[in-house]
Amino acid sequence: MITNFNFRVVWEYMPLFMQGLRNTFLISLVSLILALAVGIIACGCRLSRWKLLRGLAIAYIESIRSTPLLVQIYFFYFGLPTLGLRVPELETGIIALMLNSGAYIAEIVRAGITSVSSGQIEAGISSGLSYFQRMRFIILPQALGVTVPPLLGQAIVLVKDSALLSLISVMELTRCGQELTSERFMPAEGFLTVAVLYLCIYYCLKPLAGWAQKKLIFREAY
Amino acid sequence: MIAEYASRLIQIIPFFLKGLLMTVVVSGISLVLSTALGFILGILRTGRSRLVSRSIGLYVDVMRGTPFVVQIFIVFFILPEWGLQLDALPAAILALTAMTSAFICEVVAGGIRAVPKGQWEAAAASGLNKFQQLKLVILPQAMRTILPPLVGQYVLMIKDSSVVSVIGVTELTRVGWQTVVRIPEGLMVFTLVGVLYFVICYPLIRLSNSLEQRLSQESVRL
Repeated sequence: MITNFNFRVVWEYMPLFMQGLRNTFLISLVSLILALAVGIIACGCRLSRWKLLRGLAIAYIESIRSTPLLVQIYFFYFGLPTLGLRVPELETGIIALMLNSGAYIAEIVRAGITSVSSGQIEAGISSGLSYFQRMRFIILPQALGVTVPPLLGQAIVLVKDSALLSLISVMELTRCGQELTSERFMPAEGFLTVAVLYLCIYYCLKPLAGWAQKKLIFREAY
Repeated sequence: MIAEYASRLIQIIPFFLKGLLMTVVVSGISLVLSTALGFILGILRTGRSRLVSRSIGLYVDVMRGTPFVVQIFIVFFILPEWGLQLDALPAAILALTAMTSAFICEVVAGGIRAVPKGQWEAAAASGLNKFQQLKLVILPQAMRTILPPLVGQYVLMIKDSSVVSVIGVTELTRVGWQTVVRIPEGLMVFTLVGVLYFVICYPLIRLSNSLEQRLSQESVRL
């Protein structure tokens, strides 16, 4: 099976793969930044005192978490045009990824904030610290240790999730494999190369997550 | 216009329920297979043999580091080149089982590692053999850590089963995709698809959460 593997074709298509890799990286990065914003806002609403905001946040988070990303992507891809909105595939995909990861990030951030025990906050209040001082010196340092490692995990998931955008013909890494399959009918060369490139991204992010875990959890526990 | 589409959509609801049934069948079979395989791999992963543990670790990394859509393309398009021709449904089950068993393996290994070493020693001192130690002493305790994330993995798997629509398994997402070509109401069609996924996944997410609370309370009480 290895003897049949045509490295020449892989080499010939290398510029395409590199472009796909770059696009996957950019799509994931942009979606992650937007999802962070969405997640923090959703988490703020989720913990809000107003029932309406809280209800909306719960509805958003739970409906995203209980449905597949692919259905969400199709929902926007086929749904936005029926509302009369012509959004290009790339933007549609980023919107779907953003809203999907945003819900998970909201839960991660919430777990981080609620992990700080209320005694800590009360101690801060009784020491005469202002709201921002309490955030800066008491809540955030402890919450970050619980939040950053799963956030990096979510980043890994996001890179993998962005592969689904290939199904609405966004030109990212997986799409390159499909291209090679349809142009030359060489699925092995196409998809194995794609898989190896994804693994490269994974092996870059995984030690980072492990490092953050050690570094930050230690800081929390001292 | 919309009312007309809605009435047409109601007419084809049986079609959607058939898709839902297919989703349940595909994920149900994969669930059983991947649980069995995942437990075996997880137990071997914590075993004494370094080589076995490392190779399972590599398998887990490959499954976790590549997107599921790439995995399913590899199973469906590349295995035939190596002499294993599968229909869409077995290919889908194979891909889902391969991926989910890797995730379950890590969950099980984590649960077994969380059981204190003294339990192994006590079990060995009671004259139990290796299999009895595992079955009578270690696993019952490990289940407390394993169960909540295990149910979480099932939810992920049901959601990932939407991706097998790309190789032509007529499950729920595929039905939505086929429908939207005929009834151009993307929002309505994929809301319906989403609701049907929600009906399966949301109770499971709640189950996972309540298991987590119940089992951790129990450990506090001890």
